[in-house]
Amino acid sequence: MDFINHQLFIKDINVHIDPILPKKTAIITHGHADHARFGHDHVIATRQTIEIMKIRYGDKCAKKFTPLRYGQKYSIKNFNFTLYPAGHILGSAQVLIEKNNHRLVITGDYKVGKDETCKNFKLVKCDTLITEATFGLPIFQHPDPKDEIQKLIRSVKINKNNCHIVGAYALGKAQRVMNLLRQQKYNETIYIHGSLEKLCQYYSKEKINIGKFEKVSSKDKSFYEGKIIIAPPSALKDRWSRRFPNPIICMASGWMTVKQRAKQQGIELPLVISDHSDWNELLDTIKKSKAKNILITHGQEDALVYYCKKQNLVSKPLSIQGRSDEEIE
Amino acid sequence: MKKFSSLLHNLILTPSRNTKIKLLQDYFKILDINRAYALAILSDQLSFQFIKASKLRELVYEQVDQHLFDYSYDYVGDLAETISLIWPTNKEGKSQNLSTLIENIKKIKKSEINKEFSKVLSELSNNERWTLIKICTGGLRIGVSERLVKTALADLYNKSVNEIEEIWHGLEFPYENLFQWLKNETSKPKIDFKKLFHPMMLANPIDEEKDFKRLDANEFQAEYKWDGIRVQLMVSSNSVSLYSRTGDNISSAFPEIIETTKGDAVIDGELLVGRNFKPSGFNDLQQRLNRKKASKDLQKKFPVFIRAYDILFYKGKDLRKLSLVERRKYLEKFQKENTTNQIDLSTIINFSTWKALTKYKNNFYDDLNEGVMIKLKNSEYLPGRKKGYWYKWKKNPKLVDAILMYAQRGHGKRSSYYSDFTFGVWKENELVPIGKAYSGYTDKELLVLDKFIRNNTTNKFGPVREVKKEIILEVAFDDVFPSTRHKSGVAMRFPRIHRIRWDKPINEVLSIKEFKKEFKID
Ligand SMILES: [Zn+2]
Repeated sequence: MDFINHQLFIKDINVHIDPILPKKTAIITHGHADHARFGHDHVIATRQTIEIMKIRYGDKCAKKFTPLRYGQKYSIKNFNFTLYPAGHILGSAQVLIEKNNHRLVITGDYKVGKDETCKNFKLVKCDTLITEATFGLPIFQHPDPKDEIQKLIRSVKINKNNCHIVGAYALGKAQRVMNLLRQQKYNETIYIHGSLEKLCQYYSKEKINIGKFEKVSSKDKSFYEGKIIIAPPSALKDRWSRRFPNPIICMASGWMTVKQRAKQQGIELPLVISDHSDWNELLDTIKKSKAKNILITHGQEDALVYYCKKQNLVSKPLSIQGRSDEEIE
Repeated sequence: MKKFSSLLHNLILTPSRNTKIKLLQDYFKILDINRAYALAILSDQLSFQFIKASKLRELVYEQVDQHLFDYSYDYVGDLAETISLIWPTNKEGKSQNLSTLIENIKKIKKSEINKEFSKVLSELSNNERWTLIKICTGGLRIGVSERLVKTALADLYNKSVNEIEEIWHGLEFPYENLFQWLKNETSKPKIDFKKLFHPMMLANPIDEEKDFKRLDANEFQAEYKWDGIRVQLMVSSNSVSLYSRTGDNISSAFPEIIETTKGDAVIDGELLVGRNFKPSGFNDLQQRLNRKKASKDLQKKFPVFIRAYDILFYKGKDLRKLSLVERRKYLEKFQKENTTNQIDLSTIINFSTWKALTKYKNNFYDDLNEGVMIKLKNSEYLPGRKKGYWYKWKKNPKLVDAILMYAQRGHGKRSSYYSDFTFGVWKENELVPIGKAYSGYTDKELLVLDKFIRNNTTNKFGPVREVKKEIILEVAFDDVFPSTRHKSGVAMRFPRIHRIRWDKPINEVLSIKEFKKEFKID
């Protein structure tokens, strides 16, 4: 496993995984901005991740694209690469790297729980596991997302004169919230912030059930009473949200587990809906992967490193520059 | 318990006052005994410090790995919330009433707390657990004042909040008479006012620029503001009792006051430590505070007295509607009638211009006063912090430049920032910490400091980060005392960050020796 460094760079063949700066060859796990960037020469990813990158950054965001199916092997010299579903968002993948009988898995962002908006996580056995740790603390134990979405539906029923603005990342979370609402038989039109439109259209085209949606427009204020509006978290605080009648500010995120965090961000109705694994899922994945060597990135590494060491696993944090915990999507 | 805990959850997350009132009213519409418990809890009347934070930690360490808990606590920043989230839930648990739960907990014997309280915690949901821990550790701190609760009740039943305020301290759990009167089933509860604590009249800080232009100095008188604790003393022929500002009965901690005071009155004053009515500083008073009882030895070493500011009742007569000047005459009468009391009178400062008052505010009486109180001569005695009657004008704080050494994430609202700062001064070629501050800075300064800390950490000790020694903080503080508990030999009172001194090089910061000399510490 010495073949990859702490920046997820394989020097022998000049390949990066999820690099922040433009590189020659980049394997991209998924379309979130802290993983997929503009300007690489050659991008290797799932078809859906490539299409999402093109929607976000334009058709020419890389010089060359190589789409891979899940499970399809791709070789560069004596390295074999295979992508497996990560269950995080549409198109998200884990990367298996094989070299001389050593199997190394980079999970990227992943979640184990069920999700109708993407292919569900597949466990891949390996010798070295590089796992994310966004929610790597035992306080994070995600509840059933159905119960969380019911809180929203109930609040909409009770507060008929308010509109509910739900903060959700534009890619993945927004569509998951919409899909969860549909699963719970909420059949009204869902209103979306303009920046979500193209991605929602793409999810619909990929046959993900997000139901009927419409971009918010400058309608009469009272029109939005009793409606659900989905917007990126950044829009909750700015002037955009003030045009709606008595908005109740909601947020769908794993961070909403902590009341103090919700309060700090001015969230009145926190919905604990996460696209990352919670603590128990992280531990379970580490155990079932059978890996003896665990490297931990993205987030709350300390507790997970401590836990792995207690299980006699070789473990250390892997610091990837340019990211801090609050920016993870 | 489910209902009450979701009430608290919603209250803490709602910024709007009106929504809070509505939430409270919806809850108070329930008609059973639980609402009395809720009222007691929300208004901080349920004195129920069942378990201490240290004991709770002990319990949680029995359930989860200590390190994993500490990492989590460091992240969340709030003990009740960390425990509620990390505690393993026993899904079999049945939902319990708030009232049943509290009564069951009250029955738990000290020796069985570990087992029994843990069992209770396991049977609750996250949010109920959070609520219960808040209740059992005393003090909810959820941004809901007693006043707001009373307002919600008053509005719900078309009464005025002042009417509730007047009888409040005479009410007792489970508030049957209150609820009956609110619903117009009975008349207003009759309260024996003389025996009761009366909400105190409080001062607002003066705005030097605005207020001094606006206010006529001739209509005001001033008194020194003392750095003790504000008390209300109730004296009658058969009993004497002493109350803190929040209405807690603290009589047993100050027997010398209770034993010596004679007369028939309700007095408002400041409790101070000192001999011959000469106060000896807050540090000495600390020795007497937070103790339920005072030994003879302690009484001798740190004797207390009361400096009286005001009088509310005299021989059964309610004086609160009289003017301050009129009330003062009664206060002097009370004092003259019994000179063996451990009570002296607050001096009245006469002045004709605001400028003339400045010298009294600053550094009089060997530094022992905190500044002055400015009171409207014809003010009635009004409960709470009403605007336009009493003002406080604090001395300018002491200032020192010190170097930022360590930082830690804040708690509660600030838990995502490095907002607790330890700073120090030179001792030969090293730095020695002299204090810790977690307030005073602007939001902008906090962001700058937080960023500096993240980018300039040189060492980590658990949650504490050591940083590059290059930021100078101008620290304001009320006072500084010698201390054997600190390496530097000094302890500051209420230090806060005044500003960041970008202009000053770190070698110009004082040495500890110079610091002690400047602030007269031997
Ligand atoms: Zn992601």
